[in-house]
Amino acid sequence: MNRSLHYVATEIGVTVEDLTGWIERRWVLPIRSGKTLAFDDADRARIRMILDFHRDLAIDDEAMPVVLDLLDRLHATRAQLRAVLQGVADLPEAAQTMVFKKMRGEAEQ
Amino acid sequence: MTDPYKILGIAKTASADEVKKAYRKLAKQHHPDLNPGNAESASKFKDISGAYDLLSDADKRARFDRGEIDASGQERADASFYRSHAGGPQGAKYRAGPGFDPSDLFADMFARSGRGGGDFHEFRMRGSDQSYTLTVDFLEAAKGAQKRLSFPDGRTIDVNVPAGAETGTVLRLRTQGQPGSGGGPAGDALIEITVETHPLFRREGNNVVVDLPITLTEAVAGGKINVPTIDGPVSMTVPAGSNTGTRLRLRGRGIAPKGHSAGDQYITLKVMLPKEPDAALSDFIENWPGRNYDVRGT
Repeated sequence: MNRSLHYVATEIGVTVEDLTGWIERRWVLPIRSGKTLAFDDADRARIRMILDFHRDLAIDDEAMPVVLDLLDRLHATRAQLRAVLQGVADLPEAAQTMVFKKMRGEAEQ
Repeated sequence: MTDPYKILGIAKTASADEVKKAYRKLAKQHHPDLNPGNAESASKFKDISGAYDLLSDADKRARFDRGEIDASGQERADASFYRSHAGGPQGAKYRAGPGFDPSDLFADMFARSGRGGGDFHEFRMRGSDQSYTLTVDFLEAAKGAQKRLSFPDGRTIDVNVPAGAETGTVLRLRTQGQPGSGGGPAGDALIEITVETHPLFRREGNNVVVDLPITLTEAVAGGKINVPTIDGPVSMTVPAGSNTGTRLRLRGRGIAPKGHSAGDQYITLKVMLPKEPDAALSDFIENWPGRNYDVRGT
């Protein structure tokens, strides 16, 4: 479900100024349709996360981009790993076993 | 019930500042968004934030210490954490870097481990699809509209919302998604439509339904009235003797999706008395011979 800037700010409990700042810093990337910004479920969950990080974990504006960047890289890598594993699932069982053995071995090193 | 002091690892005498510090330390460790893929972190975080909720509020803390309330954490729906969206199509725009190019990943990984990558060739791969949602108002969806979307990366595209689009309609825009790798084609953009409600119009299939107030005079004597339709007002005759609930039809004034004939508009009448009591009307009704007519079948 798509929501507007003011709705989202009120729903999540963040000020419009803070949220606007986060969008300007590209921490949140809503799409724009004409003059309105539209926030999807992922955008809203991300705003909640940034608010948690900011308010509860005391991550300040200097550290936030580092944290977000590392998290985004982690999710990109997890998505890649998921793609690799989906490919592995199509391989014959013997090949799958080889891959998993290798993965376990690397993990234990 | 678990002891919130134990959860945060603090003494009963801990100051407000110590409570906050203990909470921050644990939250940094267990926040579900810092632990993607770890299912346990959600319940741990729930306990921690529940304990903090209670102990950071002086009033709640005092009541808990007196044994008046229990510690109970608020369960946060998993979907409210970013991690449950990060891997999905909506999270794609946040995932760092260009589309997944396996040959890049191999080159990178094997360069680091100092081993050869074998006879690895470049993959030609299609970019991944990206999902977006687009909210349109009732009339735009009913009649069709062109909307311009600006993406976070600066691209803009014009989306033709077809007449008759409904909430949940998905439009596929070819090659507007993530770029491909190794010369592969770009993925598609998938635009999911959400239609806003309208104060007047409702939709039933391709028919449009409107509730329309009429005066007592129009109900009894009939008359010409203006009816709003999705293409503007249309004049229509209310037959004499119409009642609340009477349904009239304007043929072909509904929604016309491409390749289908237009639906109809239905008007449900609602007879309204004058806003202020009217003495002459009361007089008339009291002296009206037919005033005790039966409507409940008793």
